[in-house]
Amino acid sequence: MKKHSTGARLSSSDDTLGAALRRQGVSRRSFLKFCAATASMMALPPTMVPAIAKALESAKRPSVIWLSFQECTGCTESLTRAHTATVESLIFDSISLDYHHTLQAAAGHGAEAAREEAMKENFGKYLLVVDGSIPVADPGYSTIAGISNLDMLMDTAKGAAAIIPVGTCAAYGGIPHADPNPTGAVSVADLIKDKPIINVPGCPPIPVVITGVLTHFLTFGTLPELDDLGRPRAFYGQSIHDRCYRRPFYDKGQFAETFDDEGAKKGWCLYKLGCKGPTSYNACATTKWNDGTSFPIEAGHPCLGCSEPEFWDGGGFYKALSIPTTEVARDALYAGAAAVAAGSALGMMNRARSKQAKSEHEKVSVDDLQKED
Amino acid sequence: MTNEAFAQFNIQIGDDLTRNVQPLLHEIRHGLKNLLETGATSVIDLRSIPLAPGEEAKLIERLGHGEVTVELDALGLSEIYETQYRGVWLVTHFNDDENIVGRFIEITLIPEILKAQQEDMQDSLQQLEEELASGDDAEEIKTGGEVN
Repeated sequence: MKKHSTGARLSSSDDTLGAALRRQGVSRRSFLKFCAATASMMALPPTMVPAIAKALESAKRPSVIWLSFQECTGCTESLTRAHTATVESLIFDSISLDYHHTLQAAAGHGAEAAREEAMKENFGKYLLVVDGSIPVADPGYSTIAGISNLDMLMDTAKGAAAIIPVGTCAAYGGIPHADPNPTGAVSVADLIKDKPIINVPGCPPIPVVITGVLTHFLTFGTLPELDDLGRPRAFYGQSIHDRCYRRPFYDKGQFAETFDDEGAKKGWCLYKLGCKGPTSYNACATTKWNDGTSFPIEAGHPCLGCSEPEFWDGGGFYKALSIPTTEVARDALYAGAAAVAAGSALGMMNRARSKQAKSEHEKVSVDDLQKED
Repeated sequence: MTNEAFAQFNIQIGDDLTRNVQPLLHEIRHGLKNLLETGATSVIDLRSIPLAPGEEAKLIERLGHGEVTVELDALGLSEIYETQYRGVWLVTHFNDDENIVGRFIEITLIPEILKAQQEDMQDSLQQLEEELASGDDAEEIKTGGEVN
């Protein structure tokens, strides 16, 4: 099999992706295949392929600066496991990742010099990707090369065309932000108000969602359509619950009550085991994980709702508590008459508990793992 | 994963319970009817549909395998075949690492990607002309042209 994957490096920032690919001997037919896979990756309908082809033809090479603050590197781990390797390599060969302190070879002063140079050369045009939250209680909690996360973010954001907070920490504060938030962790959007921000939450985000958003910007040079939490609708437009293959069980009122009962074995709905699918918006149910193998619910575990703000303080992963009754009512509306009964009954059951758990942070204990009657 | 493997690990095959395959077959029926009546083509991106374990395999099994199979070597392999339903094609794109990067059901006379592309043909014509002009054949062509 021919290997093209290292081929499409662009010679200058004025060069277009289309020209670079042709120079590398990538045929128009291969390019169309690449566009079909790209459309699928960006969660766009196949009818968009001609538009994508046209846009990518003239797409120019953007400079990308990636800053990692209070994070666990899970987001970078996720990114480097994006499974559409050929597509990714073409895309990533056609962006210029000028600073990423986990992935770059340079360290210390050399690394910081690379960031400053990229900022100077591409001022006003570079994409800024951020993973991790920013501590504001005491800047000493997290520094890079002696520079506080806050200073580095504010300085680097000045010349950015757009900012992409990757992961729930950068998007909403995430785990560092969880009660009692000792470092005073905040999100990018809490600090920056004058730049376009595209949130790509998840703990971590799905690999192809990260690359899909970068690709969207590269392809169209514009921001994708965002929801009220700043997330691209293409990936976060529908709840896990609405796209879940176990949804028919919810509609029929068939629930697993424990992790080892008949319902669990039969693959019934995990709502009563604390599934946050109804309030979580992400692409897991269709895009799936690990080369499209499965996603948590398919593996028999409730959704934790990791792409939502405050997901860590939701009142226990295994309690069916955190669903506001308005959500249940809306779900019932979708589901039809059969579910109205089940939905409102669950809503009643949850109302008291969600009130109790709303503000307090609860540790996960053995009790959490057992279904309460 | 095969159906035997699902059974071994006590994984429920979704379609027996969730029944997503039937509606997809209806969508394909609509697409085929539309193609016959108006000539309009349609594409279903299987990656955009929430399928239970085993459902994609079941759908593919139901569609069967028809007369035409094509293999494409373009940025990794692509496997394209007509299903037992004429005009309904299964297109699977792989990358260099043999992972699936896209899987589509195309309802069309012939999948677009199989057609030779204008730009590629222009490049090929130029290449062929250059080869003929520079190679040993150049003199022959010249002479041949004069004789006739």
